[in-house]
Amino acid sequence: MVIDAYNAGLGERKAIYKYYAQAIPSAYAIDSDNCRQLGQGKKCGICAKVCPTGAIDYKQKEQMLDLEVGAVILSTGFHAFDPGRFDTYNYAGLPNVVTAMEFERLLSAGGPTSGHLMRPSELSLKADLAAAEKGLSKLHKQLKQLEGKYGKTTGEMYDTFQSAGKDDKDLRRWETLAEQATELENRLRDLKAKQETAHEPKKIAWLQCVGSREINQCDNGYCSGVCCMYAIKEAVIAKEHAKDGLEAAIFFMDMRTYGKEFEQYYNRAQESGIRFVRSRIHTVESVPENDNLRLGYVTESGDMVSEDFDMVVLSVGLESSPEMQDLAAALGIELDHYNFAATSSFAPVATSRPGVFVCGVLQGPKDIPLSVMEASAAAGAAASNLSSARHTLVKEKTFPEERDVRAEPPRIGVFVCNCGVNISSVVRVKEVVEYAKSLPNVVYVQENLFSCSQDAQDKLVEVIKEQDLNRVVVAACSPRTHEPLFQETLRNSALNKYLYEQANIRDQCSWVHAGDPDAATEKAKDLVRMSVSRAALIEPLPMPSVPVTASALIVGGGVAGMVSALTLAKQGFKSTIVEQKDRLGGHALKLKKTWKGEDVSEFLGKLVEEVKAEANIDVLLNAEIKDTSGFVGNFKTTVSSNGTESLKEIEHGVTILATGAHSIAPQEYFYGKSERVFRWHELDEAWDSDLVKNASSAVFIQCVGSREPQRPHCSKICCTFSVQKAVELKERNPDMDVYILYRDIRTYGEREDLYKEARRRGVIFVRFDTDHKPVVEQVEGGLQVTVIDHILRRPITLKADFATLASAIETRDIAGLAQQFKVPVSQDNFFLEVHMKLRPVDFATDGVFVCGLAHYPKPIDESIAQAQAAAARAATILAQKSIEVEGVVSTVDETLCRGCGKCVEVCPYGAPQLVEVAQDVHVSRIQEALCKGCGACAVACPTGAAAIRHFNDREVLTMVEAALCE
Amino acid sequence: MSKSSRGNGTIGAVLVVGGGIAGIQAALDLANSGYFVHLLEKGPAIGGGMAQLDKTFPTNECAM
Repeated sequence: MVIDAYNAGLGERKAIYKYYAQAIPSAYAIDSDNCRQLGQGKKCGICAKVCPTGAIDYKQKEQMLDLEVGAVILSTGFHAFDPGRFDTYNYAGLPNVVTAMEFERLLSAGGPTSGHLMRPSELSLKADLAAAEKGLSKLHKQLKQLEGKYGKTTGEMYDTFQSAGKDDKDLRRWETLAEQATELENRLRDLKAKQETAHEPKKIAWLQCVGSREINQCDNGYCSGVCCMYAIKEAVIAKEHAKDGLEAAIFFMDMRTYGKEFEQYYNRAQESGIRFVRSRIHTVESVPENDNLRLGYVTESGDMVSEDFDMVVLSVGLESSPEMQDLAAALGIELDHYNFAATSSFAPVATSRPGVFVCGVLQGPKDIPLSVMEASAAAGAAASNLSSARHTLVKEKTFPEERDVRAEPPRIGVFVCNCGVNISSVVRVKEVVEYAKSLPNVVYVQENLFSCSQDAQDKLVEVIKEQDLNRVVVAACSPRTHEPLFQETLRNSALNKYLYEQANIRDQCSWVHAGDPDAATEKAKDLVRMSVSRAALIEPLPMPSVPVTASALIVGGGVAGMVSALTLAKQGFKSTIVEQKDRLGGHALKLKKTWKGEDVSEFLGKLVEEVKAEANIDVLLNAEIKDTSGFVGNFKTTVSSNGTESLKEIEHGVTILATGAHSIAPQEYFYGKSERVFRWHELDEAWDSDLVKNASSAVFIQCVGSREPQRPHCSKICCTFSVQKAVELKERNPDMDVYILYRDIRTYGEREDLYKEARRRGVIFVRFDTDHKPVVEQVEGGLQVTVIDHILRRPITLKADFATLASAIETRDIAGLAQQFKVPVSQDNFFLEVHMKLRPVDFATDGVFVCGLAHYPKPIDESIAQAQAAAARAATILAQKSIEVEGVVSTVDETLCRGCGKCVEVCPYGAPQLVEVAQDVHVSRIQEALCKGCGACAVACPTGAAAIRHFNDREVLTMVEAALCE
Repeated sequence: MSKSSRGNGTIGAVLVVGGGIAGIQAALDLANSGYFVHLLEKGPAIGGGMAQLDKTFPTNECAM
């Protein structure tokens, strides 16, 4: 057995293995280092002998491939920090101190405990006990045998050995065995004692910033940016797992929940009883009696506390993978001082070498949504240089012309799958095959070992032709994963893909009834009978192809909108930018420098010039969206611009919403009432004024309007901004007193360097909580700010020449736009993407994308990456000449429709429309390209006029009848 | 069409190094916009770090 890296070392696997259950490719691999035949030069060959398809080839050798490519994208990911290097956490010595990844595997249903939450010290307890007992009984038997030979008791044997045993072979052997038995008895006693105290974890601690924000014991000065969120998530899930309650405590320095809806998740976690303790733990000690762990820490009030936990989870940070330095040298790209790829804020996915792009953690520590955004951005950036060679190396998939089977009586073929042993170990597949032969309209039945394998697919094409099949039923696994594969094979056989039906006899039979083969087999027959009955009724459905208008409409002319337009333009696609104001630039017009010190106005100036000079981009200023209609590939939008009444109608294939956001005007802290109180950009504007230039003290107040009940989200960029400005003030005048009043400092990622720099320069950080917000007063010659210091625990009074408020970032008036484009808005009023992690720039409405601040507050580098991503996602549509519309859509029988409009009301996609067919006579018609086939209209329709194709009442009810008849 | 076939001297293929969630997304977007992709992964399956996660924020849904 080999340590299983997939299970973070907590389980074992064999030398021939599948990386994980759902691995893609779904194939076994030989780990040659641990293979007896390949790595150890021994005779084995068992796997080749037992493989039914002859897939094992020991002669395969490593090959060198020369690839010619137009661009390279590096996405080598991260390496989790190894806490074994620190002795403080005792990770190497104590089994119940685990890393966060190990904890993920302990929670996972596919992990070493099948999702049963257990302590690692007790993971192998049962097996160890059994092994010790077995070993001991074997030793006792051998000892008895030897004692019998001499006819002596154990005590007598010992005396004999002492006097004469050393030269006698049998006596020597007896002595060795007796020693082994004593050892094993001791071990058994220890294991039994351990079993007495064994228990599920009831109290777990998470320790944050292990290998992050740490320059004493390692060189990772940066914040890994993801650990606060994953610790909260693990604590929430662990609490769900534990049947009789679980105490969870997270020990942290600053809680960095800065992403979209992260703060709300943090709030919910606090409400659910997860304890958050602001303290960095420096020692983890063992409690030997019960394998518990003792943490010593200092509370906020300065008390030393010692507390025991059943388990400790180390929230380890992300590092650039160790091979990266060699790879970077080989590729000739620069890395930064933390070994992440060096990039500019204005070209966040471009490395120092043209044509080589980067995304994910290799670019810098980050979470999944930003990794996915950058991945699309890197694809967009790579494609920008290659558009002249688009489609030159890819083959377009073509299918034979469909055979019209509508007039034919059903000829159904049934294919019953063994799925290796996955189905056949429980369900008697041969019986199901025989049964299927007896069903009406079935003309052919076949048993397959693996229906999804390539050879089985090829055979399916042949059989469909030979047997002249016009419906196919496959009884196998889940249609969710495999229906598209079989449907494609049908299309390869000149059949419409909707003439396919799948019965899931794996999940619903062999898996859930693993202990009852008879019932599982009967149920498999029932499912096949139901599918066959429906298959006789299903009909081919048209999948109309509609041409794509190869241009984009981009709403918003800020950095995000302009970058997405340029990314598309370089790929040869036209776009129209619709900007509300009289100039391009948006929020970036107010920014001076990025956190890395790059000049924003210089970049912006060039960007605007580039956009204006680009023939593929049309810019409309003072513009407003009046109306929009259509569907993916074929939108039509009416826009007014430059204050004229004349309207312009724009046809476009995709829409990108990049409408930005704004900082609020605070109602507190004398904002607007004192010229000494600024927000954000107003400080930059006043930078060279006498007030700021001659000031001897300055105060920054964080979270003004953010992370409060009425606006729970974190505005993400304010901590970095204030810390950066504080450093700049100190640079100009080192004697100045600069205070930052904060709740948590959220300088995530490599921005942490800036925070360290601010502290080094003597910027004073004072933490406050929402119950004791700072109080600003106007006094003669300046401001007076009173705040309760969290270390001194009493009010301190600061004199300030000016104060800067980090006011919340929010969107303005996006509800109307959201309604026009039929896209949702989140609770905190930002556009809501279809999937936060996996589709971070897509809306549920096909062909509509989002980027920039309208998605969530973010710094300029992330806005640019997201804009490139939106363009890349849009290009996947614009690159197609036409797109196929799904056939499973609603349909209205106009003879039954009375035009009540119920379907129009319930449809979330705006697909049904009431059309006047005669005076005052309305009927509903479905715009098929907009319909998602959800069936809401069919449910709402009072007359039965609306129905959904492929799942109409007749097709569904016949299955119900088949289920109930014998 | 041969491997070295080009348009204007430009090669319509991209090499993606690393088959985690970022590599997979980049590969899919490129393939879907008309470029041939070589996806390189050192392990026996794609998926990377995300495939090891149990559940993910915010819906606590399965990471698979």
